[in-house]
Amino acid sequence: MNQINFTRRFKPAWDEFARQLEYLAKGRPTTEFDFPAALRQLNHHLALARSRHYSQGLIHHLEQLALAGHQQLYRHQTPLPQRVLRFYQRDFPQLVRQEWKVVVIAALLFFGSLLAMLVAIQLNPELAQAVLTPSQSAQMETMYAPGQALRLGRQDAAESDIMMFGFYLRNNTSIGFQCFAGGLLFGLGSVFFLLYNGLFIGAVAGHLTQIGYLSTFWGFVAGHSAPELTAIALSGAAGLKLGEALLLPGRQSRREALKHNAGIGVRMLYGAATLFLLAAFIEAFWSAIPGIPFAIKITVGLSLWALLLLYLLHQGGKPH
Amino acid sequence: MAAAPLDTVLHLATPEGVPLVVSPAGPVPRLYAWTIDLLLRGLIYALLGIALGMAGGLGMGLLLVLLFAGEWFYPVLFEVLRHGATPGKQMMGLRVICDDGAPVGWHASMIRNLLRSVDMLPITYAFGLISMLLSREFKRLGDIVAGTLVVYNTPLADDLPIPAAPPILPPAILDDDEQQAIVDFATRSDDLTPERRNELARLASPLIGGREATAQSLLSFANWISGRRTP
Repeated sequence: MNQINFTRRFKPAWDEFARQLEYLAKGRPTTEFDFPAALRQLNHHLALARSRHYSQGLIHHLEQLALAGHQQLYRHQTPLPQRVLRFYQRDFPQLVRQEWKVVVIAALLFFGSLLAMLVAIQLNPELAQAVLTPSQSAQMETMYAPGQALRLGRQDAAESDIMMFGFYLRNNTSIGFQCFAGGLLFGLGSVFFLLYNGLFIGAVAGHLTQIGYLSTFWGFVAGHSAPELTAIALSGAAGLKLGEALLLPGRQSRREALKHNAGIGVRMLYGAATLFLLAAFIEAFWSAIPGIPFAIKITVGLSLWALLLLYLLHQGGKPH
Repeated sequence: MAAAPLDTVLHLATPEGVPLVVSPAGPVPRLYAWTIDLLLRGLIYALLGIALGMAGGLGMGLLLVLLFAGEWFYPVLFEVLRHGATPGKQMMGLRVICDDGAPVGWHASMIRNLLRSVDMLPITYAFGLISMLLSREFKRLGDIVAGTLVVYNTPLADDLPIPAAPPILPPAILDDDEQQAIVDFATRSDDLTPERRNELARLASPLIGGREATAQSLLSFANWISGRRTP
């Protein structure tokens, strides 16, 4: 069959295919139209047109239709709300347990440096000056000075709850995203950000503990400490998955290992981002309230730690 | 497909066994697209800043949340919900697809946009540029990890744009590639000046038995080859 006859005969079918693609893209499919069969036929026509060396214009037209059809057929089908629900109910905690090795490494780097710094400053108070600049320690001291009328953790009265929510969310989640992306530098970026944040937070906590601002500082951070610190560690673990793919790709090529591990890492990062959101919410609307007794704040904080660990270690059962 | 292609087209394997052809986009159009997006985002931030600035602390909080969302999720939302194209890419005729030709999904889009911060290192997207120039598919690091491609969004072409001429049977037997070359020439001849058209046509003289080939005769052959002969 020559090209003219071929086109004359099948053009109506191609035009119909293009029309149906538009309906499908708008989410209004016509039920009697068998889309997969039509796509197979179109691919057949494309193969014929190529093997018979019909004009580039025709081949190109069919290629574009085939590509659009391919994109339509192989898109994600499960509705997003269901996938999101399943993620929190099952996939995220399972993933944290499945990837326990990187999670443990990231947690050791982060919590290890944090605690080491905290303890070291109690023994040698000068050490705080090695990490914090004088203006930083002065700022921390005003924020957590006991007996102040301001909300805790704020520098002046103009900083309202909702504004601080935005500030915490942006700041902390960006730190988490950097921990992940830094993993692409053979894991070094993640290690750096985990240690840096661990040492910095440890220095602030150590310094304020050492000068005796116990109830204001610990009362303030207790509430959001569980989600926020866990989220930093998990972001780092997600980044370490990228580093692992480059350093220990195993039997895969580095490129394949990267693609595979990035899929794992980004899921872990979704979980971490959710925890950052939760932490920012608690930090802005609960931690800052000044009148609540210290004992209650600490109890709430510890309960959140227990709940979060229970969720990460038990929710979702065993993976298949 | 057998010889090394002169063009940068890629053939993506599909489950139907028919390869799809796409043209990956290089650094320059992508830089333009990125700049358009940057300006657009700047404009949105400025407008939001003015509107929310009047609302005090509440407005500042919302502004920070929106800034955060804009920094990290602006490209993701557009790429996933608007057929792989941010407004900048749309204007440059580009879009993001997966390595296998499927539309880009949430995970892949998140990965390529989160890793943008590594592509920007050490300054001015140097890593991303080096990675693009080293890869056959013009992939920046984020694209390699996410398994995505930025391709030209070519519009549907006319089905047979060969200028009409009286169909003439070519005087010699032409193999497939030669026929294809003549048809390709005819398809593009409208974009060429008459002088250039004839100059190119003369190159085909050895094909038709040594007689001098003219643009007109090649057009006639192309019409014959593509089936426009009177029965």
